Amino acid sequence: MTTQAHDGSAPLIKMANDIADYFHSEPDRAAAIDGMVDHLTRFWEPRMRRKIVAHYATRHGEGLSELALAAVARLAERERTSA
Amino acid sequence: MLSIVELDFGTPRSTSAQQVALTIDGREVSVPAGTSVLRAASEAGISIPKLCATELLDAFGSCRLCLVEIEGRRGYPASCTTPVEAGMKVTTRSAVLQKIRHGVMELYLSDHAPGNDELPTEMRAMVDAVGVTEVRYGFDDANHVHPTSGQGAQQASKPSASRGGVGGDGVAVALDGHENHPLLNPPLEGEDFRAVSLEREDFRAVSPEGEGFGAAFHGGNGRNALYSPKDESNPYFTFDPAACIVCSRCVRACDEQQGTLALTVEGRGFASRIVASQDEGFMASECVSCGACVQACPTTALTEKTLLARGPAQSSVTTTCAYCGVGCSFRAEMRGEDVVRMVPNKDGHANHGHSCVKGRFAIGYVTHKDRILKPMIRAKISDPWREVSWEVAIGHAASEFKRIQAKYGQDSIGGITSSRCTNEETYLVQKLVRAAFGNNNVDTCARVCHSPTGYGLKSTLGESAGTQNFDSVMQADVILVIGANPTDGHPVFASQMKRRLRQGAKLIVADPRRIDVVRTPHVEAAHHLKLRPGTNVALLNSLAHVIVDEGLVDEDFVRARCEDAAFAKWRAFVGAASHSPEAMEEVTGVPAREVRAAARLYATGGNAAIYYGLGVTEHSQGSTAVMGIANLAMATGNLGREGVGVNPLRGQNNVQGSCDMGSFPHEFPGYRHVGDAAVRASFERAWGVPLQHEPGLRIPNMFEAALDGEFKGLYIEGEDIAQSDPNTQHVTASLTSMECVVVQDLFLNETAKFAHVFLPGSTFLEKDGTFTNAERRISRVRKVMPPRNSDGSRGYADWEITQLLSNAMGYPMHYAHPSEIMDEIARLTPTFHGVSFARIDELGSIQWPCNEATPEGTPTMHVHEFVRGKGRFMLTEYVPTAEKVNAKYPLILTTGRILTQYNVGAQTRRTENSRWHSEDCLEIHPQDAEDRGITEGDWVGIESRAGQTVLRATISERMQPGVVYTTFHFPFSGANVITTDNSDWATNCPEYKVTAVQITRVTQPSDWQQRYRAFSDRQQELLQEAVVK
Repeated sequence: MTTQAHDGSAPLIKMANDIADYFHSEPDRAAAIDGMVDHLTRFWEPRMRRKIVAHYATRHGEGLSELALAAVARLAERERTSA
Repeated sequence: MLSIVELDFGTPRSTSAQQVALTIDGREVSVPAGTSVLRAASEAGISIPKLCATELLDAFGSCRLCLVEIEGRRGYPASCTTPVEAGMKVTTRSAVLQKIRHGVMELYLSDHAPGNDELPTEMRAMVDAVGVTEVRYGFDDANHVHPTSGQGAQQASKPSASRGGVGGDGVAVALDGHENHPLLNPPLEGEDFRAVSLEREDFRAVSPEGEGFGAAFHGGNGRNALYSPKDESNPYFTFDPAACIVCSRCVRACDEQQGTLALTVEGRGFASRIVASQDEGFMASECVSCGACVQACPTTALTEKTLLARGPAQSSVTTTCAYCGVGCSFRAEMRGEDVVRMVPNKDGHANHGHSCVKGRFAIGYVTHKDRILKPMIRAKISDPWREVSWEVAIGHAASEFKRIQAKYGQDSIGGITSSRCTNEETYLVQKLVRAAFGNNNVDTCARVCHSPTGYGLKSTLGESAGTQNFDSVMQADVILVIGANPTDGHPVFASQMKRRLRQGAKLIVADPRRIDVVRTPHVEAAHHLKLRPGTNVALLNSLAHVIVDEGLVDEDFVRARCEDAAFAKWRAFVGAASHSPEAMEEVTGVPAREVRAAARLYATGGNAAIYYGLGVTEHSQGSTAVMGIANLAMATGNLGREGVGVNPLRGQNNVQGSCDMGSFPHEFPGYRHVGDAAVRASFERAWGVPLQHEPGLRIPNMFEAALDGEFKGLYIEGEDIAQSDPNTQHVTASLTSMECVVVQDLFLNETAKFAHVFLPGSTFLEKDGTFTNAERRISRVRKVMPPRNSDGSRGYADWEITQLLSNAMGYPMHYAHPSEIMDEIARLTPTFHGVSFARIDELGSIQWPCNEATPEGTPTMHVHEFVRGKGRFMLTEYVPTAEKVNAKYPLILTTGRILTQYNVGAQTRRTENSRWHSEDCLEIHPQDAEDRGITEGDWVGIESRAGQTVLRATISERMQPGVVYTTFHFPFSGANVITTDNSDWATNCPEYKVTAVQITRVTQPSDWQQRYRAFSDRQQELLQEAVVK
């Protein structure tokens, strides 16, 4: 999937969309979002997570697929509440 | 041919649990049923002379030296082909047996001209054992007679049959070479006979009058039409027909051990001789230079050139090969500090005395002139290198890293280790990064090969490792090879697998190319599923669909061993019509009936084992495919016993080990997440520093962070990311953006051309440690020579260099020996609790887990339950790669390895192996070539969305139309200039196997190649400037 973002987050958007493509087959949507958030937490270095959250905050997650957007939104909410 | 004499029991070991008692020479012995009398005697310390028998090969019963007497039996049976029986009474020595053996040996000697008698041979040992000192017969074998003319030729016309009798003092005078051996000296005119003495000195004796004897033996015209000269064509060994006794051991080794069947006995009687293929010479033949024939030869007929040049070894050290993931055990035979030769270890648990052309012969890089042996530094990559002491180089690297961290933050540096490093070295690199750098920015080259294996198998089975040992394949009834090319990538395992296939096991191959094992002598795949690149998951899902749809699930196994809910979800998922072979045929290109037949065979054919490689992992869905493989095995109950399982064929020697040692940024040793507070606390206690709880950067993340200006320093041990990682221009741009790149390697590799500090590494022959192969087998690497990387004061093994750097960074390390590092690993890693150098020495090797519960290791995993408890079926939706073909890029490029070269080629390119493969070529289907006017040998430009390069074309029907293929062993080829940034969704393992390209005929190198050549030449000049300072 291509993206219009020009804030250095393009590789992260592609990665997030690839991850979302995998979890898309999970019929339980809540489990799919949880799975993706867990994956981002376990495998993404904090700076990467901060960047994708920042992209979500500043550009409304432009370029993210629907499931990826939902997962990043959950991640953003979690990071906001834990801050 | 022997150099250092090893005990050879004559026939293979029987694995029977039943014991048989018998009497040999009055001694009671007990051996497993199925043991030969020859082996039973040998195990009891009773040596029976033999020539055609060796424990590496099945009994042949041809040489008639190992005859014995058995009470109640007529005649003199060959002990090698006679199995023991209860109560059997065997006599191995008697006057009659001695007389028979003596006569047999004389006949052999009449057919044998010892070559270089400085070398101890098994033949020589047997001559001594039989006690033959004189030979009554001639030596009119065509193979031994040289085509010269003159006096000798005239003298030679007398048939040897006229010679006879025993006596005389033999011939005199020495010449060099076997052609002048006294055995070849004819009777002189007027002499009735001339006995030949076999005193050792006479093997060097010469008779001038005998020179040229036999030249006219066949026809008296000065020429011998049947004479075969020495074959020197192979770069590593010679074949001297004159020294050959046609015992067939080489032929049998090629058949039984290697499975290539390149050798044969041509002709009959005295005219019989060994030939390669259609008598083409070894180099031009189908011979793959595995060396099995050389090892099997009891004479000097087949001999390593290094042995001839350096003389017999004075000592040997058992160590482990540093090439592929098979992890063969070798004896490094030494003469002083020179390696005379590498001999595969008969007791090696992974290779059982077999080898390949890389492990056995390709060690010339160790002493190659290109090795850099002095530490070097420079401020900018455009500066000349400056040779410095170890102290200065380490101090400079540490101060730069500290400067960068002070300026850009603690997370601005990191380290990359390699699967070519030992476990201890890898462990130290990750410890350096976590404890001394204070972050988790450590990764390993497994990132770009088998990281999806770790993710996929951990998710489904609970452990990031293969389930079996290699020997398990001998119990398999069905073998599914998917995305692997074992005959090229893992040749010693491939030989074992082919042995099982020749015994009747069925083979399914899933691969876009017609790899060798699809059809090889006496082996033919039952099904070759010639799928399109990038469609593994679609194929695996359709195989699973058939298993579910046709009621082939092992319901009892699944019910007992797997999670119910996950299985139910998976069954519904793969059972959908959209995953049927018929629905997927359009995607995979594999006919549905073939998929159904293969699925039925896998599910119902008995023990079924899956072997897979980078053709599975190096995709955007690599992890999904690994999970799909595990799903298949669980659904059919093919886990937890011998003959089945999920077996990743690891690319490099220590891929498994480098992953085990915690070199991924999110895991400590033993695959435990850095976020696990209890695990992290155990390392913090042991290491005495706080550790980060968040994952660090993976290799591709490091590149992105570097380009974003956040990552400025990198320590790279044993890895060449500028050649091996995808999208080369992206990688080199990242390296260029860093302020301190430290490369620790043997050569000025492609990455080192972008480095500021070069720390010369040491080869596997120069250090102690351990490697862990694809079976989870931990084997010792033993130092056979001192490190050559001395700065004038002393050299260092790689683990010592890392330790120096850590100390300079301010984090103390004080290991005196790698065994202490392994002791620390064992203390901190539950699956390694029972591992130590002493324990490995005691057992020969250990397959982890090895702890209190499994003190001798674990050959087969998941026997009673999975490591995670219940096996977990994972959903595996097929998601097509984003790398699409279109009108501009209508072909798919896929990549792979070739037998004689190894990965980036840094080692093998600096050996004679390049005689077989001196450049990477582009394989093209004839139709694709014709459509573009491309013929064999043309230069073709290859363009992808990432870049362009130029390779020479080779037309091959191995390919399917629409798919092209190349290897990646030479930097100038620029294979990774073309590959893209696409990667596995879970692990970022690059999608090397699928790149959309177009190809056209061209006349000159690509722009990138021209830039590369100019840059590389300049870097070599900068290196030369350092050398002269």
